[in-house]
Amino acid sequence: MDIFRFLIFPGFLFAALVGLIFTWVDRKVTARLQWRVGPPFLQPFYDFGKLLVKEITLPEKGERFSFLSAPFFGLLATVLVAFILGLTITVPTRGFVGDLIVILYLLVIPALAVIVGGFASANPLASVGASREMKLIMGYELPFILAILVPVIKSDFSIQLNQILFFQQQHGANIWSLSGFIAFLVCLLVVQAKLSFPPFDIAEAETELMAGPYIEYSGALLALYRLTRAMLLFLLPLFLTILFFGGVSLSGCLLLPSILKILLVLVLIILIKNTNPRLRIDQGLRFFWVNCTLLSVLAILLAYLGL
Amino acid sequence: MANWKINALTRSLWVFHLSAASCNNCDIEILDLLTPRHDVERFGIVLTGSIRHADVMLITGIVNRKNVPRIKRLYEQAAKPILVVAVGTCACSGNMFRTSYQFAGPLDKIIPVDAYIPGCPPKPEAMIDGIVKLIGKLKGK
Repeated sequence: MDIFRFLIFPGFLFAALVGLIFTWVDRKVTARLQWRVGPPFLQPFYDFGKLLVKEITLPEKGERFSFLSAPFFGLLATVLVAFILGLTITVPTRGFVGDLIVILYLLVIPALAVIVGGFASANPLASVGASREMKLIMGYELPFILAILVPVIKSDFSIQLNQILFFQQQHGANIWSLSGFIAFLVCLLVVQAKLSFPPFDIAEAETELMAGPYIEYSGALLALYRLTRAMLLFLLPLFLTILFFGGVSLSGCLLLPSILKILLVLVLIILIKNTNPRLRIDQGLRFFWVNCTLLSVLAILLAYLGL
Repeated sequence: MANWKINALTRSLWVFHLSAASCNNCDIEILDLLTPRHDVERFGIVLTGSIRHADVMLITGIVNRKNVPRIKRLYEQAAKPILVVAVGTCACSGNMFRTSYQFAGPLDKIIPVDAYIPGCPPKPEAMIDGIVKLIGKLKGK
């Protein structure tokens, strides 16, 4: 049963399908914002299928093992996140103490896989991109963890996703309190950086680094990276929905508002992506370390005061 | 190529744009394809920055002695199958530079070319027509 859950329903296959559909939503909304028509509904699936039939090129001077294995580690961590978040929603009794912390760890691994793959490809542009990604991780992890402390404090210091959801069922969603709202804003910006969307697409800056760490990847390996990104595009809004919007429900008439909640977070991310130019790496670091960290400390203080 | 491979390829063509010492008019017209009026993302065509990701290599400009090794190198670096499209009269035939001492082309002397889109510069409509003909050629029509 758990194998089924891991591979098919809340796990790999389901998250991949929804993730690819969310990628289409992203591209379509972006196109409409630019007054274009945009790609057809199945376009992300076509792209994925096409990458699978292309040749896999290996860089001549690269480190073969890390280059080939990095995409798999990133995908594996993402599938685990999908499994844990999916269990929280489908089988609420199955959670374990500290699953919030496990998810925080697992969400770093896709970025680490990009860094390892970028450095292993022995391309100067990929190295620059990977080192920027590393700095960006150091920038956004601190405000992310601080902001996630707010729902934890509100639900009586419980580090279990079920308890946070249970608290929100009793007292209303976290977003409706002042501290919860500030923490949500910080988390939204961090998610922007985790997905490497503008203004934080510093690592893969397509106009200066072409594709950054991905530059030497082709064929099926690139498809794995893109699948990981697509799944994160679904899982990170889902994670924020669980923490701040009272989670999602799969039963009957509650299904539609649940989907709308996730789509609302997604469209917010897409709007920020399309209305902001890329920051330099020092500006990005300063933004996270000064503005976002101060905001999340303020949110923690407010949460202590019960606001 | 097998039939299903061609189907997969033609539905999402990622384009790498190489300007081999062109006067930039063709390049500007290529960018017109991505604007709201023509919007080739409707057909899944997007620009990529890395030749490793590309399915189509779009080459503009006069092929000269300086950039012949670079064109060959980029062609070798691409993940196969790769299609080559010569955009503009310069890349197709050499245009008014065909008698120049620097001229080392036209492009099909250097690498195999799958489609020619003549014009100085070609209109965006002509380029879309070229892509349609290229897809038709791949499918054997």
